[in-house]
Amino acid sequence: MSKNVASIEDVVEVRESSPLQRILGNQAFWITLAIVIISIVMTILSDAFLTSNNLFNVTRNLSFIGIMALGMTPVIITAGIDLSVGSVMGLSGVILGLVLGAGQPMWVGITIGLGTALFVGGVNGFLIAYVRLNPFVVTLGMLSLARSQAIVFSQNKMIFDFGPEARRFLDLGGGALELGQFARIPNPLIAMVILAVIFWFLLNYTPWGQYVYAVGGNEEAARLTGVPVRWIKMSVYMLSALMAGIAAVLMVGWLGAVTNALGTGDELRVIAATVIGGANLLGGAGTAYGAVIGAVLIEVIRNALILAGVSAFWNGTFVGLFIILAVFLERLRNYRRA
Amino acid sequence: MALLELQSITKNFGAIHALVGVDLELNPGQVLGLMGDNGAGKSTLVKIVAGNFPASDGAIRLEGEEVHFTKPVDARKKGIEVVYQDLALCNNLTAAANIFLGREMKREFGPIKILNYQAMFNRAAGLFKELKSETRPRDVVRQMSGGQRQAVAIARTRLSQAKIVLMDEPTAAISVRQVAEVLDLIRKLRDQGMAIILISHRMPDVFAVCDRIMVLRRGQKVADKAISDSSPEEVTGLITGAIESS
Ligand SMILES: Nc1ncnc2c1ncn2[C@@H]1O[C@H](COP(=O)(O)OP(=O)(O)OP(=O)(O)O)[C@@H](O)[C@H]1O
Ligand SMILES: [Mg+2]
Repeated sequence: MSKNVASIEDVVEVRESSPLQRILGNQAFWITLAIVIISIVMTILSDAFLTSNNLFNVTRNLSFIGIMALGMTPVIITAGIDLSVGSVMGLSGVILGLVLGAGQPMWVGITIGLGTALFVGGVNGFLIAYVRLNPFVVTLGMLSLARSQAIVFSQNKMIFDFGPEARRFLDLGGGALELGQFARIPNPLIAMVILAVIFWFLLNYTPWGQYVYAVGGNEEAARLTGVPVRWIKMSVYMLSALMAGIAAVLMVGWLGAVTNALGTGDELRVIAATVIGGANLLGGAGTAYGAVIGAVLIEVIRNALILAGVSAFWNGTFVGLFIILAVFLERLRNYRRA
Repeated sequence: MALLELQSITKNFGAIHALVGVDLELNPGQVLGLMGDNGAGKSTLVKIVAGNFPASDGAIRLEGEEVHFTKPVDARKKGIEVVYQDLALCNNLTAAANIFLGREMKREFGPIKILNYQAMFNRAAGLFKELKSETRPRDVVRQMSGGQRQAVAIARTRLSQAKIVLMDEPTAAISVRQVAEVLDLIRKLRDQGMAIILISHRMPDVFAVCDRIMVLRRGQKVADKAISDSSPEEVTGLITGAIESS
């Protein structure tokens, strides 16, 4: 073998960057660090922060956004966007409430609620993938359409009768896993963690995940190499809507009532969480861990401001700063790379 | 019976006549050099054979049987592999992921199939070694040099036993040493009985490996002859139009 040719064994294990470099270049790492720092500062500033009660509330609150951010992640990786998740959550919640209120068993209500979400996601996906309409416009239209349908179905009334299995249903989203006096894990958090593991697995270890990244990296190349581009695009919008449906089931259970305003404005919080966690709106990048950690940061900021006695009016300012900081970090990394 | 037969292939993009009645026969073990000026229709011809888009008119036959490709995978299933001019790579994926895109190696656990990264990395490293390319399977394409990218695009054609390999300027961005490797590879494929179409603007490459040359000018075939019956001067004349046809 000639000297300038490396053996297979040499080459297979080589990576261009060391593990340390890759961690430092990872946005989710920096966000995790920011959360740790905020938490330490808050523990020092406020006795109320590191209490099981506060942590219970924080982790429950962030789970709804976290679950939807997981669904948003593949959409954004394919260079798409789903503005309709808040409205899908609302519609799905209203339908679920109506079905349960009509005396149907829990599983029927949940199936129809999630089915509604999947249907709406399927419409989004079909229009984007097969009719080739712009995702921003299609899901903006759906934001309006699904919200309006939620109002139509609910006849603008609050729903709080959940039928014969109401107790079990409310416990699903409002309950917790009791691990002794001080350790209670809210059910939505458990759901989010399980879903995060599923998304991590799907994105990293299945051809589907590979194709999602490929479509976002170079759609034309993906098509040429035999990736079912249209089906992949359709599937990410269905999955995103399904996550909004799951979040609705849990949220309604926790709130104990549904109004047609459920989920209003959540699309922006969800997209913010996803982007803060390192997803790139231009496509090709994003992780399950990033989606979760972005949701954690947003809720921790909110909680920290409340405990620090800062007016809640400032909340949006801090979240906004982190969004801009996130894209700034991204820019910086690309700059160094170039 | 020819391995690949094109019969009066025509392609119009609106008012642009990219290809006008092009005929071609290609046999196993043949290396055809396809030359022509920018915009002559070379890539268009490749893309039609590769199932990228259909011809406006004309027929394609593989081993005597007429084929109608509706998507690139159809052509690949019939043993046609392509190196695209723009390489068709995903910048955000690793070299190995790009090579295996659309035909990943999987490990099965009952009904669940998961990606077998180690097997793909090993196979990719083997392919790069065969190409004598210093490309690491785990590197992300975004960080790669032009030559490494080209190696990835070429390695992709080696995954399955192809019958026909179409190479659209595979030597455009690479060093002299690597050009020699690609030309060697082409000879090796030819000796295995594959048919190859090599598109190149580099006259020496074409004359080094091809046994036939075809020239397109403004979508029309103006020459198709044995390389031994031609010369670089004649081909240049054919490309520019100084020589009408031959
Ligand atoms: N998708 C398309 N839509 C419209 N016109 C196209 C398309 N693809 C190619 N053309 C036109 O068809 C003609 C032939 O293009 P083609 O890419 O086949 O040329 P080429 O011989 O490969 O040139 P080059 O050497 O520059 O690669 C050109 O006039 C080009 O503008
Ligand atoms: Mg070309």
